[in-house]
Amino acid sequence: MAFVALGGSAPEAVQQAPRKTGRVALLLLLPGMSYLALFFLTPFVSLVLTSLKQPDPSGVIGRYDFGFELGNYAYAVTQYLPQILRSFSFALVATVIALAVSYPIAYFIAVKARNKPLLKGLLLTLVVAPFFISMLLRTFAWKQIFSNDSWIVNTLKDLGVFGADSYIIGTNFAVIFGLVYNFIPFMTLPIFSSLDRLDLRLVEAGADLYANPATTFRKITFPLSLPGVISGTLLTFIPISGDYVVASRDFLGGPETAMMGNVVEANFLRIQDYPTASALSVMLMAAIVLLVSAYVRKSGTEDLL
Amino acid sequence: MKFSLGKFLLPTYVALTFLFLAIPIGYTFVFSFNDSIKSNIIWRGFTWDNWLNVCGQQEVCDAFGNSLIVAVSATLVSTVLGTMIAIALVRYRFKFRNATNLILFLPLATPEVVMGAGLAAQFLDFGWQKGLGTVIIAHTMFTLSFVVVTVKARVATLDPALEEAGRDLYANPVQVFWKITFPLLLPGILAAAMLAFALSFDDFIITQFNSGALDTFPKFVYTAAARGIPAEANVIGSFVFIVAIAIVLAVQIRSSIKQRKLAK
Amino acid sequence: MTTDFAAQGADLELVGIRKEFPGFVAVENLDLKIPAGEFFALLGPSGCGKTTTLRMIAGLESPTQGQILIGGKNVTDQKPHQRTVNTVFQNYALFPHMSVLENVAFGLRQRKVSDPVAKAQAALDMVELNHLAQRRPQQLSGGQQQRVALARALVNRPALLLLDEPLGALDLKLRRQMQIELKAIQIEVGLTFMHVTHDQEEAMDMADTVAVMNQGRIEQMGAPEKLYDRPKTAFVAKFLGQSNIFVGEVAEADSTKVSISFKGHKLTAPAERVEKSQGKVAFGVRPEKTMFHESQPQASSDVNILGPGTITDIRFTGVSNQYQIDIPEIGELTVFAQNVGKSPVVELGAEVWVSWRVEHGFGLADLPSGEEDTE
Repeated sequence: MAFVALGGSAPEAVQQAPRKTGRVALLLLLPGMSYLALFFLTPFVSLVLTSLKQPDPSGVIGRYDFGFELGNYAYAVTQYLPQILRSFSFALVATVIALAVSYPIAYFIAVKARNKPLLKGLLLTLVVAPFFISMLLRTFAWKQIFSNDSWIVNTLKDLGVFGADSYIIGTNFAVIFGLVYNFIPFMTLPIFSSLDRLDLRLVEAGADLYANPATTFRKITFPLSLPGVISGTLLTFIPISGDYVVASRDFLGGPETAMMGNVVEANFLRIQDYPTASALSVMLMAAIVLLVSAYVRKSGTEDLL
Repeated sequence: MKFSLGKFLLPTYVALTFLFLAIPIGYTFVFSFNDSIKSNIIWRGFTWDNWLNVCGQQEVCDAFGNSLIVAVSATLVSTVLGTMIAIALVRYRFKFRNATNLILFLPLATPEVVMGAGLAAQFLDFGWQKGLGTVIIAHTMFTLSFVVVTVKARVATLDPALEEAGRDLYANPVQVFWKITFPLLLPGILAAAMLAFALSFDDFIITQFNSGALDTFPKFVYTAAARGIPAEANVIGSFVFIVAIAIVLAVQIRSSIKQRKLAK
Repeated sequence: MTTDFAAQGADLELVGIRKEFPGFVAVENLDLKIPAGEFFALLGPSGCGKTTTLRMIAGLESPTQGQILIGGKNVTDQKPHQRTVNTVFQNYALFPHMSVLENVAFGLRQRKVSDPVAKAQAALDMVELNHLAQRRPQQLSGGQQQRVALARALVNRPALLLLDEPLGALDLKLRRQMQIELKAIQIEVGLTFMHVTHDQEEAMDMADTVAVMNQGRIEQMGAPEKLYDRPKTAFVAKFLGQSNIFVGEVAEADSTKVSISFKGHKLTAPAERVEKSQGKVAFGVRPEKTMFHESQPQASSDVNILGPGTITDIRFTGVSNQYQIDIPEIGELTVFAQNVGKSPVVELGAEVWVSWRVEHGFGLADLPSGEEDTE
């Protein structure tokens, strides 16, 4: 994918077919991969097991026994269907908006600033700059900016656009706004990476063959940037679907904007209803896996990293 | 030309977007100077106090310190493990290549809430106490794939003939690694380490599920958001931002000077 | 770590070398002996196994079977850093993070030789690059990098120096100049050089001995003039220079000459220049040994004549004119005529006869592909 966009002027990759065999490869892989196996893969097992647990007969809160309680899933779905649906619809809307907002930026940096390395580096830094302030502080700033007695809300009220009771915080708009804001870099960088590799002579060839700028974009530029677009879409949609900070009532959310993540947080950390929280997590992960496997089936695994 | 207006459209849009992106940064920075008492919501007046006396709110400093400890530890481990994996991926042939790629990719594609809940469930099943150790374990885990991706890109630029030349010139494999491979990989390894550090420092969701009573900086901000985030937190946030931007810009300026020197 | 360095070069011997990769055999059955102090060229098209052979000698690959002996010692199991062999790589492989001087001194430092810096500077002196000692390789031109790579290898005075198509990336003029310099250096230091290349002119120009390699085997080996004058296989005849080839059944054979019947014509070659004198045999002659005539020449026992045919193509290459002549029922022949200004002026379509002296022909041990014996 596209994490090396900040690499700047890295030297070109040298063609190297992996050549050496032998035990050295295993020695190099073993520590890291066993670490991941233990602390990334097996947690999924724990998650599934926990989602099937039953309440401890003694009734102590937070204590559960291993079981096979599939009913946990039914409970989770019926209880939290609105939040589940909301997560995916927010993620979809926010991703589409982020794509629309980010694509021109990526295009500008990759195509228009292609021959000015200092400018390119500066612009990439500006895109990534919000990352360097804690995501929580960023989101909190928006909360203050959109709060009920903020300048913006008051101005909108004065202009008559807002009624006396109108508010921004706690609306779907606020949450989606916050999500889009936080994930613009995730969408921009992969698209930038794809467009950076675009051979501009192809665009020139299009013009030479009588295509106007709009058609050239539609038939040449955009299709060639598709890998980056898909990367960016996955990198945006997936984290958003599990997010709960933005939608939290302490930030930009309200009583009607809870997402799946908020529910998992509440159930796991406050109510201590581990099975329900785990069931929701498993379902979320299953949806993501379906999405990613559709992608992998099309493009293979070598391009993932 | 028909599109002369269009020529200004894109740059203007980009400039406006960057302005938009900068708004919360500016807000945070400005309010770090707010003469607030407890909650930093209404502007009361300008003061240097918050900057001069950051640890006036002790919890903020403690949380910041914890974040640093976690980030440094996790970065060290994941950079070493990740670099080894990256070298293996590019240079060696082995079975289960597809499985390895997939396993490395999954953390990048898994929502943090799932990873956080999963690890927490596992620590519960193992009976491990949640605290500094579990946070470091968690952070190492999710930064590993990022390190692999970053270093892998750098390894791909390394001409294998250079290492062969080293062996041809009487360096044994260990010497070849330290005298040739490692120096040439170093920029990529450093970039990976910086990325891992940044990701660990800013992480919230996975941390919240796995840190127990320990406060990291993001966790502190989250819990403080309900009652009001003290200005000192803004100070730390702004400070980290300035340092990070300075490092990035310094790296870019240095590499462009180097490029210019080589081109002479 | 053996660091027995010869004051002069050492013998190289390959015995029964075979190299298999998953899916194909790169080197079939190689037996080779290069005496010390010689400039040896391994010549062949890409994919013939020459680079693999070089890498096995350097220790960068292990043979599947067979042995490698340097100076009589079996080094087959030695790692590259233990062998007294150095390589000049195709793209130079200069370490970008070290200065030119440090590059040249690298091998000396690894071997813990005393005073590496002075020796490195002396080596740079030899290739006239001392003034660039502190630069980085990226700041040097292709020809300069090539010379640094050479100095870096030579400074270690290896028993055997391997060169992997070292001049490939240079332009023509620079390449010619480097060929002269390389040969001069080799004679001066007296080391054994093994030069791998696909450029036959380069091989013939520089080497004392040339081995022509094809599909993992050495087809013919010897001094360049001998190889050129008497190629023994169809591959060598067509890879080293050009040849006109004629395939026919042997009609007569005695102790002085052999004749074949080629599409109704009798072609003769001296018996000592013919490899095979039974059944279907391929005869050949170099285009520069042939001439064409505008009227039918007189038959003679010293001369082979074919014709009449028409000139279908004329190419001007400065030094010579190259003529393609199509003889009906026989095929196409190539004739080179040196441009001395007084050659007959012919045009496309002119009717000509082609002739060559019997002593210039040769007979091959095999047949060109497509004409195999159906025994």
